[in-house]
Amino acid sequence: MSWDISNIQEWSWKEHPIGAVIKAPGNSRLIKTGGWRSLRPIRDEEQCNDCLICFIFCPEMSILVADEKIEKIDLDFCKGCGICAEECPRDAIEIIDEIEAQTKEKSGT
Amino acid sequence: MALLESKTVALVGNDAVAEAMRQVNPDVVAAYPITPQTDIVQTFSAMAADGLVKTELVNVESEHSAMSACIGAAASGARVMTATCSQGLALMWELLYIASGLRLPIVMPNVNRALSAPINIHCDHGDSMGARDSGWIQLFSENAQEAYDNIIQAVRISEHPDVYLPVMVLLDGFIISHAVDRMDLMEDEKVRNFIGERSEPYTMLDSKNPTCVGPFDGLYGYFFEFKRQQEEAMKNSFQVIQDVGKEFEKISGRSYGLFQTLGMEDAEFVVIAQGSGAGTIRHQVECMRSSGIPVGMIKLRSFRPFPAKQLVELLSGVKAVAVFDRSDTFAGGMGGPVFIELRSSFYEQEKKPLITNYIYGLGGRDLSIALVKQAMQEIHEMASSGRVKQMVNYLGLKE
Ligand code: SF4
Ligand code: SF4
Repeated sequence: MSWDISNIQEWSWKEHPIGAVIKAPGNSRLIKTGGWRSLRPIRDEEQCNDCLICFIFCPEMSILVADEKIEKIDLDFCKGCGICAEECPRDAIEIIDEIEAQTKEKSGT
Repeated sequence: MALLESKTVALVGNDAVAEAMRQVNPDVVAAYPITPQTDIVQTFSAMAADGLVKTELVNVESEHSAMSACIGAAASGARVMTATCSQGLALMWELLYIASGLRLPIVMPNVNRALSAPINIHCDHGDSMGARDSGWIQLFSENAQEAYDNIIQAVRISEHPDVYLPVMVLLDGFIISHAVDRMDLMEDEKVRNFIGERSEPYTMLDSKNPTCVGPFDGLYGYFFEFKRQQEEAMKNSFQVIQDVGKEFEKISGRSYGLFQTLGMEDAEFVVIAQGSGAGTIRHQVECMRSSGIPVGMIKLRSFRPFPAKQLVELLSGVKAVAVFDRSDTFAGGMGGPVFIELRSSFYEQEKKPLITNYIYGLGGRDLSIALVKQAMQEIHEMASSGRVKQMVNYLGLKE
């Protein structure tokens, strides 16, 4: 079933489905939950040997894998829990302050 | 249409309710026994054990679990019933809001009984009045016949697509639940044709259209919008309750609306009551009318939704109105819940009657004819003098 919720924030009370049900699966992808992260994982590509242990442990499925290799950490959904860093046998993931990371990004450093 | 091939029987209110449940033959009943509702669960369990219904009976360990099981079953597409009263209803509290918020058609007889403390097993309306803002439709019954009839109609009301709300059918503890009444049962066939197939707002068990029920709404937050939908459904239920009542009259000969009136064509003062007390009051109203006193009465059937508009229309021309409440709101002098709502309904009106409140029968205190007579005399005086002597009166209280 296709259910277009792209404009849901503008919907009137009359447009929502009865009983607050979700009528189509998989649309949690549209609700980006990474915004309340206060810590950010940074992976060191040199250190990482693609053992995929972090991928298995990440509770948010935010470690994206392509061709059996780590592709990237999906910051749209990562909640900064640090489990990946804790579990990485090669200490290849560092946890840094999210605000500092964003400030750095903005200033381009 | 051939009206009645019904059977006249003598039943206590609880057995009348169990009989209605047998005829409705719900898919799931999850219930926990509590005085004075116990016989409903006990009798219905025996019916289930004897194979008279196809119901899956869930023996739960509390009313909290009973309502939880009902919510799950109703969301999966089952026709669901339970029964409770008093402390049991109180224990269901958080689930009541979930049932209505998820817009699940569930029918629940509640045998009105006082809430502790002090512990008391007898009738008053304090239990269901506590749940008046929980989003459930609430229909009062005057006797075993009405309890039976209300259960059958409640199935249709709760499953109506304009409504999809749970319905509580209220009957007075012991006075109705345990007293033998003469009443008519309809044929099974007739009841089944009347209720028809279950209609549902959504179902979880459709693998082609998977539905997620009960998701978190705290990130973007549409909670407000869903509450507004519930209020709309409650508004829609005014019409549905009346339509279902009319249809029910065709098969039973008994008519039902939002309320029932007596003597309203020429009444100068009017008494409003709900539940079994209306029977005692009716007797007194009839006596007074036969000696030419212009009194009328309204028996309120639907408390949720509250038919404010219709009551205002009916009452704006009378001199005085007395609202009988079988519970208090402990608001510090505001009176009982029905009184507060009726009085507030008249705020915008230029033409309005004097309105007074009688709180009576708490914890099963008997509403005797003598007490009703005493109140009637006071209301009559109020109507003649044009002055409210006392806004809130405690009738039958040991002063
Ligand atoms: S910090 Fe937590 S959520 Fe983010 S990638 Fe690591 S394990 Fe996943
Ligand atoms: S656990 Fe560490 S080494 Fe293994 S894939 Fe993840 S980041 Fe790389």
